[in-house]
Amino acid sequence: MVTKLGSFLRSPVAETIRGEIMNVEIRVQDTPLDALAEIAPVYAGQASIGGVVSFIGLMRDMNQGDAVSTMRLEHYPGMTEKALAAIVDEAAGRWDLAGVRVVHRVGEIRPQDPIVLVCVASAHRGEAFRACEFIIDYLKTRAPFWKREQTAEGKTRWVDSRGSDEAAAAAWEETK
Amino acid sequence: MTRILYFASLRERLGCSDETLETAPATVADLRAELARRGGVWQEVFADGQRVLAAVNQEMAGADQALQDGDEVGFFPPVTGG
Repeated sequence: MVTKLGSFLRSPVAETIRGEIMNVEIRVQDTPLDALAEIAPVYAGQASIGGVVSFIGLMRDMNQGDAVSTMRLEHYPGMTEKALAAIVDEAAGRWDLAGVRVVHRVGEIRPQDPIVLVCVASAHRGEAFRACEFIIDYLKTRAPFWKREQTAEGKTRWVDSRGSDEAAAAAWEETK
Repeated sequence: MTRILYFASLRERLGCSDETLETAPATVADLRAELARRGGVWQEVFADGQRVLAAVNQEMAGADQALQDGDEVGFFPPVTGG
């Protein structure tokens, strides 16, 4: 599913372009994520962009001391896309952004597979760096995805949420 | 009428992915209490203090949020994406 954000951004403010993103794409997909191929379209054709920052989250082969062989990602269709759009919308309210792309995997994945791409383009690097980190921090605590992993020994278990992720998201609240 | 969806570990523990209640509880807390009264694993999952998150019409919702007839309520554990 593809969500174009422009239509439901908050009312534009005349004295600033903050809040208006030229190019937004949000997708949840059950097919392989080609993270590098997702980056160029975020800045292509916009000569005002001076920096692009991307975060690619990968599946690791270890968790909590156990070797992990596969993982299944589940989401809440409809709500997940809305939650991602709200996070991007909030980032656009904080920084001047020219392009944002968020693509998240669901379904079966293996170690080294990309789980998520967050790519942010802006006129200057500072805004792109901060917005990219903000979006992934909020995604990890606010977007309804759940991971179920299978260990190399064949046990399956749901991955627990982490307090450090909550703390990272909470730190942004203080900088509002 | 209330449409209820259960996700991830909650769905597995309850053995239920979705259902429709004919009753219309006044709030999210009332709905949780009604589900807990089923006893057994329902009581365990929806007992006070358990970390079960709720969304009403696909927006995160607190316990005191009012419910309207026809609402969709999702229950799920803390999220682990990214």
